[in-house]
Amino acid sequence: MKRPTTGRSRHSGGPNVGRPGFAWALPATIFFALFAIVPLIGVAVMSFTSWSGLGSPEFNGLDNWNKLLGDKVMMQSLWLSALLTLLGVVIQTPLSILLGVWAAGQQKNRAVLSAIYFIPLLLSSAAVSVLWRALLDPNFGIPGQLAGIFGGDGNLLGSQAGAIAVLTFVGAWQFTPLHTLLYQGAARSVPPVLYQAAEIDGAGTMRKFFSITLPQLRNTIVTSGILMVVGGLTTFDTVLILTKGGPGTDTTITPYYMYRKAFQSFDFGVGSAIALVLVVIATAISLIMVRATGYDKMNSAQEGI
Amino acid sequence: MKPRPNYFAGAGSIIWLLIVLVPIYVMVTATIQTQQGYASAGPLSLPSSFTLDNFGALVTGGFLTYVWNTVIVTVSVVAIVVLVVPPLSYAVVRSRSRGISLIFRTFLLGLAIPAQAVIVPIFYLISVAGLYDSLIGIILPTAAFCLPICTLILTGSMRDITPELYEAMAMDGATPMRSFFQLVLPLSKSGISTIIVFSALQAWNGFLFPLILTQSASTKVITLGLFDFQSQYGVNIPGLMAAVLLSILPVLFVYLFARRALVQGLMGVGGK
Repeated sequence: MKRPTTGRSRHSGGPNVGRPGFAWALPATIFFALFAIVPLIGVAVMSFTSWSGLGSPEFNGLDNWNKLLGDKVMMQSLWLSALLTLLGVVIQTPLSILLGVWAAGQQKNRAVLSAIYFIPLLLSSAAVSVLWRALLDPNFGIPGQLAGIFGGDGNLLGSQAGAIAVLTFVGAWQFTPLHTLLYQGAARSVPPVLYQAAEIDGAGTMRKFFSITLPQLRNTIVTSGILMVVGGLTTFDTVLILTKGGPGTDTTITPYYMYRKAFQSFDFGVGSAIALVLVVIATAISLIMVRATGYDKMNSAQEGI
Repeated sequence: MKPRPNYFAGAGSIIWLLIVLVPIYVMVTATIQTQQGYASAGPLSLPSSFTLDNFGALVTGGFLTYVWNTVIVTVSVVAIVVLVVPPLSYAVVRSRSRGISLIFRTFLLGLAIPAQAVIVPIFYLISVAGLYDSLIGIILPTAAFCLPICTLILTGSMRDITPELYEAMAMDGATPMRSFFQLVLPLSKSGISTIIVFSALQAWNGFLFPLILTQSASTKVITLGLFDFQSQYGVNIPGLMAAVLLSILPVLFVYLFARRALVQGLMGVGGK
């Protein structure tokens, strides 16, 4: 067979007939390069500059990085990001596995409930955060009305533990539907013959869940877990609206600290350095994601056809 | 085979239903109450007063401008995505070029570039380009950040078109252009509706780009309007809830009709 070396197909009638050329990919690529790849390089460059928003950025060597290394709030923010991410994974994973496996059943009522479960995912983080902040208002909110359950003065956001609990809960409220959906799809594709065989062997619901369903969901657990980690590390809107990083700096996670440094203190150099830390962490995780889920392999398998 | 009821999961599902619905109930009932009525009745009680003033106040407070700005941003973002993603996905699925394969990998990596991470250079770019505080300044980066997920969804959908169909087109001497319009587009309708819903949702719900790239009331989008409202009149909970409800109504409306496109798209992304 004639194997073309490039994707160009300008000579009609040649072996490349019907194969789209490079030009087809160009508009999207230029667009994406301009607003994602160039800024990505830009953030690395800007982390070695000082810029206050006026004039042009000027190189200042490792100043920003030295500042960050000695910055207690920055170190605390990394730890808080990790904590919030971990809490998110630990709470949302079992919850969404249970709900997803349950919703995978074909019963009509489950379909209706799944449709309702999905609603929080449709809302903007801004709407979700404003909604929950109003619901948890110290004077007019639910904790005040149900003081018997919540105790205290009803101001859940007034302490570090309370604020972290609220952020974790609101994150779970918003994103559990996404992961439930992933597990629902995965649970539906478990071959029914496995369950039939187990039933012949007399396995109960619990046994089937732990011996068949859970192992079959392994890949989804990886995908969903990585989505949770990337999502957790980049949480921003919720923190800005619900806690403003407080009380004090008690919930100042890394993306919020970046925002404060860059857009409130106008120290864009340090802001860029913090952003670069985020990029490195997120990219490392995404590389793992691409490997673990085989996105890249699927592409190369297609290439050979 | 009749499935046996699972009481444990059933109970859990009811509890989760309450956790999802109670906030929505409080939101909806708050919007039709006066501020005093809401404060004295408490959030979980049945409404004790009735008024539509909360919505009236949104109209006089300029909220409709925010809604209109958001509509412009959403429509433009969807237009850009629909113009550039199908040709790219077609090239990814059909081309044998190494360059295109590299581009696709870059887009996949782009899935993990958080907007926060590049917001400082984007702010710089948009300012230098003179687009600060304009809707175009929001539209361009928002659309760019929709591209990776939309490309992933659409290539997945286009891969379902069998190679035989392409070969049949090629036999007839069809150019890539003709194959694209006569074969690929008609067979990718469901994938394209999914990316429309996805990008529309991202644009409608976008917060970070508007927050950083605009400042005046005339370019405000609805999510920023909510944030401002909350910062200024945080104690007016019925008013705030009316604003939240107004911002999510269009999304809920679309969800009623496009649930399949959305759900299938998300399931597809997770399942691959």
